[in-house]
Amino acid sequence: MTGIVVSDVSKSFGDFVAVDDISLTVPDGSLTALLGPSGSGKSTLLRMIAGLEEPGAGQIVIGGADVTRTPARKREIGFVFQHYAAFKHMTVRDNVAFGLEIRRADRAKIRSRVDELLRLVHLEAYAKRYPSQLSGGQRQRMALARALAVEPRVLLLDEPFGALDATVRRDLRAWLRRLHDEVSVTTILVTHDQEEAMEVAGQIVVMNGGRIEQVGSPRELYEAPANDFVAGFVGPVTELAGSKLRPHDVDIRIDPVDGAMEAQVRRVTHLGFEVRVELEAGDGRRLWAQLTREEAEQLELMDGQIVYVRASRRMPVALA
Amino acid sequence: MLLPLAAVVSKAFGGGADAFWHAVSDRQALAALRLTLILSLVVTAVNAVMGTLIAWVLVRDEFRGKSFVNSLIDLPFALPTIVAGLTLLALYGPRGPAPFNIAYTRIGVATALLFVTLPFVVRAVQPVLLTLDRESEEAAESLGASPWVTFRRVILPSLMPAILSGGALAFARALGEFGSIVLIAGNLPFRTELASVFIYGSIQSDDTQAAAAVSVVLLLLALVVRGLIAALDRWGRRHEG
Ligand SMILES: Nc1ncnc2c1ncn2[C@@H]1O[C@H](COP(=O)(O)OP(=O)(O)O)[C@@H](O)[C@H]1O
Ligand SMILES: [Mg+2]
Repeated sequence: MTGIVVSDVSKSFGDFVAVDDISLTVPDGSLTALLGPSGSGKSTLLRMIAGLEEPGAGQIVIGGADVTRTPARKREIGFVFQHYAAFKHMTVRDNVAFGLEIRRADRAKIRSRVDELLRLVHLEAYAKRYPSQLSGGQRQRMALARALAVEPRVLLLDEPFGALDATVRRDLRAWLRRLHDEVSVTTILVTHDQEEAMEVAGQIVVMNGGRIEQVGSPRELYEAPANDFVAGFVGPVTELAGSKLRPHDVDIRIDPVDGAMEAQVRRVTHLGFEVRVELEAGDGRRLWAQLTREEAEQLELMDGQIVYVRASRRMPVALA
Repeated sequence: MLLPLAAVVSKAFGGGADAFWHAVSDRQALAALRLTLILSLVVTAVNAVMGTLIAWVLVRDEFRGKSFVNSLIDLPFALPTIVAGLTLLALYGPRGPAPFNIAYTRIGVATALLFVTLPFVVRAVQPVLLTLDRESEEAAESLGASPWVTFRRVILPSLMPAILSGGALAFARALGEFGSIVLIAGNLPFRTELASVFIYGSIQSDDTQAAAAVSVVLLLLALVVRGLIAALDRWGRRHEG
């Protein structure tokens, strides 16, 4: 049992409230994402869970034990930083072995454990290199191996892929997902990238201004956002006849149908697999629709054309 | 630059290698050289530790008057060394306010050397400390390292090149230091006489051969230290990037 329970935790820097009375449960073995814009308090919350920052108020429980006043080194956590935080003067092997060595583990045991981890992160061939001789993606995999070496009870990742190229980032994301299925240690991933959170996490915590806006599965957040902020943060939103909907839920017809509103096509943009249609509705409001290529080909839309639009599906919650 | 050095070297060997050897192995010259070497090593070691400590406090701790203390570090560089010597004599000499008298003792000489070489390690370590990756310290902490283990295993290796090269500079300075120690040393051969004072004394008594010979030994030591500093610099940068 290594779930995490955060109760009424706050943290201020001077007058500035970075984390404002947050309560949160991270289920044992889950992969939970803290998602929110930059400055929303994600790192501060994560660092308090790690023990790297002391909460101003509240309680943090890991695996049933109150660790609020426990120093980081005794929390048995693994922490991965955005900028790798590699030990520059140590080889990859020594970096990974660090946690075991300071525990004075048996030499042979350290060797085999480090070998196992290097295999897990595909760095067997790089054991003797120094961090400066690795790519960003490799450094981050080394940092992950280093954190996992001590068999932490929870794994905390602060924007681990934030400093990497888009393609490397996508690869590592998928790899992290598989890794979690294999190791299944309770994991919290901090990110400001909704696609990353949606792709990797089972539970997403949306944060804004030091508070939690909503907690749910990626699907719940997308289909039933609790408010405007969440709706806009986890996916695109457009407005039709006063209600909000996802652009792919805008139904475009050539002929008038019941409940549809007249609209004029302003612009059609082809973006590979999707086609974006910008429209001006009869009430003068602008909206946009997201079509598949097939749908767009069938409709044969042209700029200036008059069409009829309605919502094929609205978001269930009335948004402010 | 090279011309005066060449003059000293030619003077030293002017009477042949035998004369040079004879001058260097003179008991008083040897004692001065030995004392210089030992005191320089001791002073360097002490300042390596002290300097690192001071740099640490100046970078990592917040306290009132910090910028003032920081500017004070350069005082030994800013002060004419003879003034520094005079100040020390006034403070710790026979008529000084201090409850002990260290004038004309080795402790006194060491104190003067400690003072004038203090800034080297502090100023070498400070910038490195400022650019250290704090997150790697937090990483060590999260992996279970105590503050001491983190210092020894993560911080110190990063500071080591700076400590050593600052220490080498301090050592080179201590080897040839004259102004600050000439007053407090009191020129007691075999007891407080350093190589630089010996050279001065030899010139005074017209023994240029002895002065040049000891100078050449100091010169050689300085060259070795230079080479060491360059090597340390390369070594310190080996994992950069
Ligand atoms: N050590 C600190 N001192 C002062 N302000 C801080 C400190 N750490 C974070 N903050 C402030 O707290 C807010 C939240 O920061 P952070 O938790 O890093 O946000 P996020 O990770 O979501 O981008 C930011 O406005 C940041 O400037
Ligand atoms: Mg952050």
